Amino acid sequence: MKDFAQKALDTAVAQGASYADVRVMDIRQRYLGTKNGKPSQVRDSESFGIGVRVIADGAWGFAATDDMSSASADKVAAQAVAVARASALCKKQDARLAPEQKVLDRYAGPCRIDPFAVPVSECLDLMLKVDAELRKVQGVTLAEAIMDFRRIEQLFLSSLGSEIYQLKTQTGTGFVATSFHENEIQRRSYPNSFGGQYQTKGYELVEELDLLGNAPRIAEEAVALHQADQCPSGVRDIILGSSQLGLQVHESIGHPIELDRVLGTEANFAGMSFLTLEKLNHLKYASDIVNVVADATPAHGPGLGTFAYDDEGVPAQCTPIIKDGLFVGYLTSRETAAEIGQPRSSGAMRAEGWNRIPLIRMTNVSLLPGKGALDELIASTDDGIYMETNRSWSIDDRRYNFQFGTEIGWEIKGGKKVRMLKNPTYAGITTEFWNSCDAICGLEAWTLWGTPNCGKGQPMQTMGTGHGASPARFRKVQVGVAYGG
Amino acid sequence: MFNRQRAEEIFSKVLKYSTADETEAIISSAAYSLTRFANNIIHQNVTEEGVSLSVRAVVDHRTARASTNKFDEASIRQLCESAMALARLQIPDPELLRMPGPQMFRGVDRFYGETAALTPQARAETVQKVIARAEKDSLTAAGVYSSGSSATGLFNSRGLAAFHEETVSEFSVTMLGDSSSGWAKKTSPNCQELESEARADRAAVKALESREPREAAPGKYTVILEPAAVLDLLGFLFFDFGGLAVHEQRSCLTGRVGQKLFGENINVRDDVFHPLQAGAPFDGEGIPRQRVTLVEKGVVKGVVYARQTAKLMGAEPTGHGFPLPNEFGEAPMNIVMEGGKASVEEMIRSTDRGLLVTRLWYIREVDPFQKILTGMTRDGTFWIEDGKIQHGLKNLRFNQSVIEMLGQVELMGPPQRTAGEESFEMVVPAMKVRDFSFSSLTKF
Repeated sequence: MKDFAQKALDTAVAQGASYADVRVMDIRQRYLGTKNGKPSQVRDSESFGIGVRVIADGAWGFAATDDMSSASADKVAAQAVAVARASALCKKQDARLAPEQKVLDRYAGPCRIDPFAVPVSECLDLMLKVDAELRKVQGVTLAEAIMDFRRIEQLFLSSLGSEIYQLKTQTGTGFVATSFHENEIQRRSYPNSFGGQYQTKGYELVEELDLLGNAPRIAEEAVALHQADQCPSGVRDIILGSSQLGLQVHESIGHPIELDRVLGTEANFAGMSFLTLEKLNHLKYASDIVNVVADATPAHGPGLGTFAYDDEGVPAQCTPIIKDGLFVGYLTSRETAAEIGQPRSSGAMRAEGWNRIPLIRMTNVSLLPGKGALDELIASTDDGIYMETNRSWSIDDRRYNFQFGTEIGWEIKGGKKVRMLKNPTYAGITTEFWNSCDAICGLEAWTLWGTPNCGKGQPMQTMGTGHGASPARFRKVQVGVAYGG
Repeated sequence: MFNRQRAEEIFSKVLKYSTADETEAIISSAAYSLTRFANNIIHQNVTEEGVSLSVRAVVDHRTARASTNKFDEASIRQLCESAMALARLQIPDPELLRMPGPQMFRGVDRFYGETAALTPQARAETVQKVIARAEKDSLTAAGVYSSGSSATGLFNSRGLAAFHEETVSEFSVTMLGDSSSGWAKKTSPNCQELESEARADRAAVKALESREPREAAPGKYTVILEPAAVLDLLGFLFFDFGGLAVHEQRSCLTGRVGQKLFGENINVRDDVFHPLQAGAPFDGEGIPRQRVTLVEKGVVKGVVYARQTAKLMGAEPTGHGFPLPNEFGEAPMNIVMEGGKASVEEMIRSTDRGLLVTRLWYIREVDPFQKILTGMTRDGTFWIEDGKIQHGLKNLRFNQSVIEMLGQVELMGPPQRTAGEESFEMVVPAMKVRDFSFSSLTKF
């Protein structure tokens, strides 16, 4: 791996690249699914290849191949340089990078139990037991469970002289109970929707989540939703559960702080951002109790955005984003940091695989915990709605206007959950919403959630991001509008 | 060089190492390049090539899949052993079908040599012209120009052999002004059909005509949806036209097949052979794709079936299955919706008060049975009054049942090959729809 990568790097420089980096990646995935008592997906895959990124004639080029023959190293490097020279036809000035140090290092992420060493039969057995528990509840019409394991091995070399080897293991798991009844489909998921929980760790995640123990409750809630009252329409105080708030952070804080969006390079596809440069250190993004960080360091926890170095060889960092409600930081790359005069990248460049260039991506963008338990927060709420587990999410292309739906809700009256509500939705404008936050639960209710499916870039890249959050309350929020038409 | 002969050679190696009861291999190659521009420069420019091998093994009524892009003898042997080992670890499924035998395919010709050979220099020269168009009106251009080729061979140990190759190309552009934006996009197997400069001009005109946008109050309006907006809404409907989705009661068509669900003027079929369509004439198991009428005069006439679903539901396979094993079953992926004769200009002239929508963004399903979708307008939303475009509008959020929407279509344009960002490509018309529901505004 090293010799091949070094050959490509040397060729790129010899061909005229003023900067070059090379990533060789070997990615292994195992995906298992069960549905209504049977395996629905049993597959293994591996993908091995090299990507060469260069600046030549002051412009960017990138070439990737899975042909790992010796001659291919020269070819792919020369291609990258040729592509860069074509880019130079449409440049206004030479690409510039914020300075970075040479790094020689090796890193292995947390993994106590290698998920690929756990027999597939053992995984399927657990999933089928969960499946059986779900279908024991009359009214459940579809039971589904998944396990998703990834091992990502990467060698990064750059013309700065850096050589960084990283090994990360990711595990995801979850289940969903679906109930169709009288022209209505209701779903409940555990521990989160759209795949479940994902973290950068081994099979120990599966053991921690107690899938089997939670199956009866989730199945019963899916069926009970048919009899629940419709979420009312109007302006109400709401409390968001931890996973839903994690997604709220992702969409309405994580994406707007990506500096490539702010600078316009995602204008055609993923969109731009309302967080224009003059707002840095001036915009009151949120209420005083809100503190958000983008933290890729292992100290933050085993999130999907945890690593030692990003894909430009920049060390993982903890970047303050919102401090006591004030907007104070962006996610940056070496190029965008230089463009706005910052001394160093925040280390947020990440690529989906060997055949994709790194883009500015969220690391672990987390809402820091406040104080107290969820029960205490509910007890201190006179009239509101508690919403849990995402069902739909949408936000405009500058990240102002959002609308979310959750799988389930409960009306709160006099500090108590008094009735279940179905089809909850809420909507708002990002800064107005975050400024209405008046309570955040403490560390005991804080979970570092994984979002495995964040899409961005052309060609599209899917990236895993982390989001720590504990339940929080927001005052006077528009609810129920989605069903008001 | 990857071609059918090379694919067959790889499959013969797979058969050498697989001792499964039945073995299937899908061998795919792709070469793809994309030039990306923004802020009136090329800021990303990429090219990639790769070949992958995916093997499905059936052992004693159990099946599993393993994939790799390593082609040395040891890796292929290991791959076959992995697929067999994964299969053996499961409980036998007596309902698992044998693999299909040899099939006859109607050919489709979707490979254009000039598109496959398009160079970074040629793409950059086109982008240079697009940027010049933007700068002529002090606009900022962002977009992509991509091209590539792919080939897929599907073989199994019962003698089925299928091979398809095609080219792809895409041009998409957003023109940004100080207070507005415009967008246009086209895809084609033939890059000569992209008409990049004309698209750039169209996007520029939209940006210029929507400057200083005003606000429209939330409510129900007549809307004229350009084809990209129609496409991205319909993309959330047609996965429900899979037989397994209906059987498992996760489809909005559960209990509704055979009913008149849409307006009399709605006719939809799945047709891989349509001249404006793309893709292979066989499905993920190698079954020939058939034309299927999905909606006729508003009535849900049929759904599509993979082999396994067809057996489950007492129907005939239609050639729309995904590679096995999978949890989804099947879906129609070559949608052709019949249209009408009205141009967008005629729709505007016939509208007293309404909106013209260029495209939609971040559409998500709010309710899976009512098929309520939410999302935003983007890059060119206009207010129409007295049969004329009056001014641009700030973008709005909609919450609209797509089922209800297809009962409120007043006019349609000629169907055209259409690309958006939320859905797979289809052949769909522009539509004039009454009582489309907008719930809120954003700030731009």
